[in-house]
Amino acid sequence: MTLNVLWLQSGGCGGCSMSLLCADTPDFASMLRSSGIELLWHPSLSLESGAQVLDILDRILDGSQTLDVLCLEGAVLRGPHDTGRFHVLAGTGVPMMDWVRRLSQVARHVVAVGSCAAWGGISATGSNPAQACGLQYEDEHPGGLLGKDFRSRGGLPVINIAGCPTHPSWVTDTLMALAAQQLDAQDLDTFNRPRFYADQLVHHGCSRNEYYEFKASAEKPTDLGCLMEHMGCKGTQAHADCNIRLWNGEGSCTRGGYACVSCTEPGFQSPGHAFHYTPKLAGIPIGLPTDMPKAWFVALASLSKSATPKRVKLNAVSDHLVVTPASRKTGRR
Amino acid sequence: MSRLIVGPFNRVEGDLEVQLEVHEGRVREARVNAPMYRGFETMLVGRDPMDVLTIVPRICGICSVSQSVAAARALADAAGVQVPLNGLHAINLMLACESLADHLTHFYVFFMPDFTRACYSTRPWFAEAQRRFAAIGSVGKSPGVHARQALAARARWFELMGTLGGKWPHTGSVSPGGSARALDRSECLRMLVRVREMRGLLEQTLFGCPLEEVTALDSLRALEAWQAHAGGSDMAFFLQIAADAGLDKLGAGPMLYLSYGAYPQDHGQLALAQGVWDAAQARCLPLDTWRITEDAHSAWLASDAGGQALHPAQGLTVVQPDKPGAYTWNKAPRLDGAVIETGAIARQLVDGHPLIRAAVAARGGTVSTRVLARLLEIARILPMMEQWLMALKPHEPFHAAHTLPDHASGVGLTEAARGALGTGCALTKGASRITR
Repeated sequence: MTLNVLWLQSGGCGGCSMSLLCADTPDFASMLRSSGIELLWHPSLSLESGAQVLDILDRILDGSQTLDVLCLEGAVLRGPHDTGRFHVLAGTGVPMMDWVRRLSQVARHVVAVGSCAAWGGISATGSNPAQACGLQYEDEHPGGLLGKDFRSRGGLPVINIAGCPTHPSWVTDTLMALAAQQLDAQDLDTFNRPRFYADQLVHHGCSRNEYYEFKASAEKPTDLGCLMEHMGCKGTQAHADCNIRLWNGEGSCTRGGYACVSCTEPGFQSPGHAFHYTPKLAGIPIGLPTDMPKAWFVALASLSKSATPKRVKLNAVSDHLVVTPASRKTGRR
Repeated sequence: MSRLIVGPFNRVEGDLEVQLEVHEGRVREARVNAPMYRGFETMLVGRDPMDVLTIVPRICGICSVSQSVAAARALADAAGVQVPLNGLHAINLMLACESLADHLTHFYVFFMPDFTRACYSTRPWFAEAQRRFAAIGSVGKSPGVHARQALAARARWFELMGTLGGKWPHTGSVSPGGSARALDRSECLRMLVRVREMRGLLEQTLFGCPLEEVTALDSLRALEAWQAHAGGSDMAFFLQIAADAGLDKLGAGPMLYLSYGAYPQDHGQLALAQGVWDAAQARCLPLDTWRITEDAHSAWLASDAGGQALHPAQGLTVVQPDKPGAYTWNKAPRLDGAVIETGAIARQLVDGHPLIRAAVAARGGTVSTRVLARLLEIARILPMMEQWLMALKPHEPFHAAHTLPDHASGVGLTEAARGALGTGCALTKGASRITR
């Protein structure tokens, strides 16, 4: 049994495809094949162009070719004035919005790859000039192109692999799970994101955790300290496993020296404040760690600040370790 | 007269449609249409200037670092901040990493698969092209051996970005004052080994010889001689296909080439020079960005009242979906009103590489020369990366603080793999906001 995948791109940057090609495998093609995934067509990877592509789309719509998974990368562009003309599929004169709507009706599963396709994402920021929205959400509001009641032929809502970009293995794991028939409704979270990555917080596994514990905070780029208090980091609230499932070998946003902007969350593109600064009320960050009562946070923060070891305090505002951990015999005396 | 609408094109990044009017077997009129509009120019107005570092890279998922670099330089220009040497090298490394990967992706994943089409099935090189370059994602076909190898090498190559910038695409490490990610000695050494690993692969498969032998090619005669002894390499095989398929006669550009230059060095010079190459006169002209305009005449976008094409700093991005005669969402960039070409070929011409200058002089800026320029650039970039990695000084600053003045404007210029890239912004107080 193979799972065939049609991948289309609309209002986005193509970065989720580019990220996908960073999948950690010695042979991308064999990885897909051995997990039973077959690309019916992908804009970056397939030979077919022009009329040959349109032929594939026509065969899907007339039923002579079954479609297991429709992946959309990029937002649905509904403008101007709901005509969809902001993205017409080349060679067809038909808005991509309409192609996606029709293909969604026949696909066994519909997958939004990236935050643009899931909620609108960056493509919807500012005044949302192109009337961008996601397949089944517009920011955190259910609806989007297909409507909140949409269920694909396989019975699931649109699977939202949110992220900007998506981690390669969020995408491959989702497709592998679908191929193995191991992805059900209970495997999706409240925003229909696969729980295997969305049940974690970016904070989990963050290499700056000791600084977080003591509220020893970075004050400027390159500082080693925690990025939450001043630098806008939302890792304690963002649903994703970026610091457990690392990026491009040993990376993540916080390991790269910059804040998590919670790119897997609906509406992340317009947070109402500058991305790089933490908005505060009476000195307390407005966005507190998920599941943490404010009073506790305030009490623990002031306690841990007063108990911060000198090493942690000094290293937090330095670009390399200026004080190293004391060496001590840890065994039995 | 017949009309052809060609699309969707694939194995490009971005959306493209071409409308052709054909008369007696020849193209009489060609309209290149960008059928998608996102409106990034308008998205940033009113935002905090530093938000560009998050939003601008997301314009493009393949030249994301280039976008970051142009945006960060625009803010650095507005702030007047001087990037410390480590920051300069770290950003150059990120930009070079992306650029090399993009050239590799272009060659193995986007471009060469076209020679495995059935229309070439009678050519003597066809079976070998299929074996090496067949597309990764085509039903019922076995993907090319070298394409698979290149994809794996690319993924491993981008692990440099995991270290340098946290992730790729869309790093946030590139800042106006340098890189937010200071590197330690062991990381630098580890990356050097990775770069040499890529060198090994390139020298074995793509070039069949040391990179320095490729960069030393200085004439078409030298290239021919090289081809004779590096016959098994992918570059030599490409040259063989290109000659047979007539790519050295196809797609010559406007003979005017522009490069913004790239990779600033510690002495203030650029490793790849900036300028305009006038191929008709065989001379290099200084770049004056004020002579660049964006022509909205054929776009579904408002032109200024006088119908003049405007400099980007004055440019309008106002949608007019029913504009008569328009056929695309893109503005057309011009230099002194003339069409210009950018990309690896322009960079190598402006920088004075003798092989590309000779190829363009003899055959024009054809498809063949464009691809050759990309491959040559791979061979030129990697040794630079080795030097920058050696030049990094752990424990010295990678970043300098900056403050943005109340009213300022800035321009950041760099090069993406596919060509010249500039970001400009105007800022005003109101807690320092973007006005343009």
